[in-house]
Amino acid sequence: MAKLKSYKEIPIGGMIEKAGNSEDFKTGDWKTFRPVWNKEKCTNCMICPVLCPEDCIPVEKGEKPVRKETDFDYCKGCGICAKVCPVKCIEMKEEAGFNE
Amino acid sequence: MSKIMPFTGAQAVANAMRQINPDVVAVFPITPQTEIMMQFAKFHADGDVDTELVRVESEHSAMSCCVGASAAGARAITATASAGLALMWEILGVASGSRLPIVMPVVNRALSSPINIHCDHSDAMGCRDHGWIQIFNENAQEAYESVFLAVKLAEHPDVLLPAMVCLDGFITSHGVQNMELFEDKEMKDFVGEYQPKKWLLNTDDPVTVGPLELQDYFFETQKQRADAMMKAKEIYLSVGRELSKITGKEYPYFEGYQLDDAEAVIIVMNSTAGNTKAVIDKMRSEGKKVGLLKPRLFRPFPYEEIAKALSGKRYAAILDRAESYGANAPLYGEIKNALYEVQEKPKLKSYIYGLGGRNIFEAEIENVFETLLSGDFDPMEVGHIGLRGESQ
Ligand code: SF4
Ligand code: SF4
Repeated sequence: MAKLKSYKEIPIGGMIEKAGNSEDFKTGDWKTFRPVWNKEKCTNCMICPVLCPEDCIPVEKGEKPVRKETDFDYCKGCGICAKVCPVKCIEMKEEAGFNE
Repeated sequence: MSKIMPFTGAQAVANAMRQINPDVVAVFPITPQTEIMMQFAKFHADGDVDTELVRVESEHSAMSCCVGASAAGARAITATASAGLALMWEILGVASGSRLPIVMPVVNRALSSPINIHCDHSDAMGCRDHGWIQIFNENAQEAYESVFLAVKLAEHPDVLLPAMVCLDGFITSHGVQNMELFEDKEMKDFVGEYQPKKWLLNTDDPVTVGPLELQDYFFETQKQRADAMMKAKEIYLSVGRELSKITGKEYPYFEGYQLDDAEAVIIVMNSTAGNTKAVIDKMRSEGKKVGLLKPRLFRPFPYEEIAKALSGKRYAAILDRAESYGANAPLYGEIKNALYEVQEKPKLKSYIYGLGGRNIFEAEIENVFETLLSGDFDPMEVGHIGLRGESQ
């Protein structure tokens, strides 16, 4: 998280002067569970990247696409990926156990 | 050359809007404001203005329309009264919070219930803490000139806050008065073009207006709004001085009438100040030292200046045309606040008058002065002028 600015340093009325800055807004900091992915067991079936509501499971493009590690800056810990994975290679673990 | 015209307050305000020729005007009828927009719509139909006239379906929409237009970079005006202002309440905060310099004549009328179409100030007082500049006006002339002052003050880069121009329903809005109409070109040049620094339709410099702010930034944004309001206080005077060059009038925070040596002062806003002046003339001819303090700028409120003007006075009555249920009446409360640090304070008396358009007569005002001059009154007891069941 960037250092918060004083009232003298910000544009008036809450105006956002930099377009496209939602990229800077990390929305994943409030998850209570984290999807822990077992890369070895993953079959790259592409079900979880498609169903993740945050679109935060990256995929390496190619003839045979490859699933990459979840982007935890945006993952909200909803657990959908774990639920839909046909080979059960994602386990939801309490976030409190992880130190970032 | 200016012209003397027999205008109602509504015509006067509509003519100010014609001369300003705003980019966008949102119209919705409500008594007794309708007269303003009726006039302005006629100017529009006759081609006297090239304003985008938006006929909306409610006052909530009227203010929303102005918010959108102003954020987009346009000069936006609407007008309302009473329940219309109440319906706008949510969006009034969006306008001031987003720092959009919308200007709005408010034709003061009682708020329901019971339903009543006549004058009191409960509508404007209801939103006095909503971040809008509020200028109160005794007559058509003042209301007319205040519209220009409001535009320039609201749009000042150090202010950027919306502004209300308040005038009394029917009494001022529908009463015909001789008033001085200044030249179109001079007034147009005075307000000039609205030049926002950032605006929504500028695709070369895209911005977001009105985003979400939570625990992290909301507080900072409110502090900016409060500071801008305080800034508006000094800029009101400088914009007023500029306007004086055209009109020859003065635009102080408040008008004093026979105030300097007065022993007993009535403090009252809008049209009743006129009646009070007539009473003062009569009583002065009898050698009684009575005077008037008529606040014009209510938000931001000129505490120090009013305190200075009242310091050393013996008695003052504050006449409010609005109740504040369970609290001091709005104007009385402010005056009392202003006097806290003053050593030689006048003894104060709060009066409520004129609710729902109840007439106030010169004899009643004279009575208030006599009560003050006698010194024989309870400062803790609220008086009610013209209320049946209460001896004044
Ligand atoms: S837990 Fe939810 S948000 Fe996070 S990666 Fe899985 S599906 Fe996406
Ligand atoms: S659903 Fe399971 S197997 Fe399929 S890509 Fe996601 S983690 Fe791999």
